[in-house]
Amino acid sequence: MTKQNMWVAGLATPVLIAMLLLLFAGSPSVKASDNGKASAANAAVKIDNFVFGPQTLTVPVGTTVTWTNSDDIPHTSVSTEGVFKSKVLDTDEKFSYTFTKAGTYPYYCTIHPKMTGQVVVQ
Amino acid sequence: MPDKKLDLIDQNLQDLNNDGVDRRGFLKCMAWAGTGLVWTMSGGIPVSRAFAKSSGKNKDAAKGADFSFVQISDSHIGFSKPANPDVTATLQTAINKINAMPHTPDFIIHTGDMSQLSKPSEFDTLDQVVKGASTKQIYFVPGEHDMLSDNGEQYLQRYGKGTKGSGWSSFDHKGVHFVGLVNVANLKAGGMGSLGHEQLEWLEDDLKGRSASTPIVLFAHIPLWTIYPDWGWGTDDSEQVLSYVKRFGSVTVLNGHIHQIMQKIEGKVSFHTAMSTAFPQPAPGTAPSAGPMKVPAEQLQQVLGITDVNYVVSGGSLAIVDSPLGG
Repeated sequence: MTKQNMWVAGLATPVLIAMLLLLFAGSPSVKASDNGKASAANAAVKIDNFVFGPQTLTVPVGTTVTWTNSDDIPHTSVSTEGVFKSKVLDTDEKFSYTFTKAGTYPYYCTIHPKMTGQVVVQ
Repeated sequence: MPDKKLDLIDQNLQDLNNDGVDRRGFLKCMAWAGTGLVWTMSGGIPVSRAFAKSSGKNKDAAKGADFSFVQISDSHIGFSKPANPDVTATLQTAINKINAMPHTPDFIIHTGDMSQLSKPSEFDTLDQVVKGASTKQIYFVPGEHDMLSDNGEQYLQRYGKGTKGSGWSSFDHKGVHFVGLVNVANLKAGGMGSLGHEQLEWLEDDLKGRSASTPIVLFAHIPLWTIYPDWGWGTDDSEQVLSYVKRFGSVTVLNGHIHQIMQKIEGKVSFHTAMSTAFPQPAPGTAPSAGPMKVPAEQLQQVLGITDVNYVVSGGSLAIVDSPLGG
């Protein structure tokens, strides 16, 4: 291999990697918009009347869970074991977290700690 | 009507003395809210009478008082939902009411939830309004709404100068020992309010060596007695506090958080919660949740209010007067 060829290969490799990355990163979102169904599932928890509903949510690995606060009072959704932590959610504000590992994730509202719930990821 | 009210109150106080607070007691308590009440502690025996709305009749309560102070609570500056679209205006009304008192209070205690979301602009507005009070000395303890996103750092910078830990402190005023406690920090999942080990140790030490005849006033945001666990209306480690103050002859506990008047007497300890200056909350168990309660606009000022506490040296007692803003 000549010196010049080595240089070309050195430049081409990062470019190829970048293209591959773009391809993989881009494909799920393209799919999602094409058939109206995300490849990874979504699930919702509604905060209403100082209650997380449903209190136990069971989802497959890879699910993105979105909490929405429907109360006139701010709440949070914070993992008891420090896995996830929302900011303070005022009325109608949302927080999402994607669960990539199976397990049981208890959480609570740090402002009203009597409010508890859990996400079971299978 | 006034006699009926008086009977109701006396009956209720008896109930409280006999079997603590039950649900029936709560519902009766709600009959007081909005009408106000004069409540005097004398040698551990509560004497109560319906609070006359005219300030002229009210002067008796202050007669011979060595000093008085005012408690305000739960201003929730920044809240703008239907339960009260203008909480700044109702706080202003509360300050106006303090300024119109026949006797100028020595200081004001704010028992927390000054802000709705711990925003600097909300604290700024609160500061601006309370600056207009005839009384310049104000003591604060935080509510959970004042320590939302930064572990209370901003609160401590603004209101916690000279305090310890998450904002607790004590001071003496004309022979009465006041202790401001913080039970809204580092709350645990599934629990209620909490003081924590460090604060309890400090409190024990703070009270140690004080004469049992020193009147003690404890104030904190969440009630230091269990009112309604389902809604988190209580403090998990409050029993320990009560064990420290048991030996004192007169202990008054002032709280906020539940946006309504509740009272309980346990031995020589009298517990009292204040009305909010912002919006009312439902009586325990009477609504799906503790969220803000919407009342007709013309009734709002009857369920918001301030609490005037008079210390009478001769009687060695504290008289607590709750006045609705619209009274």
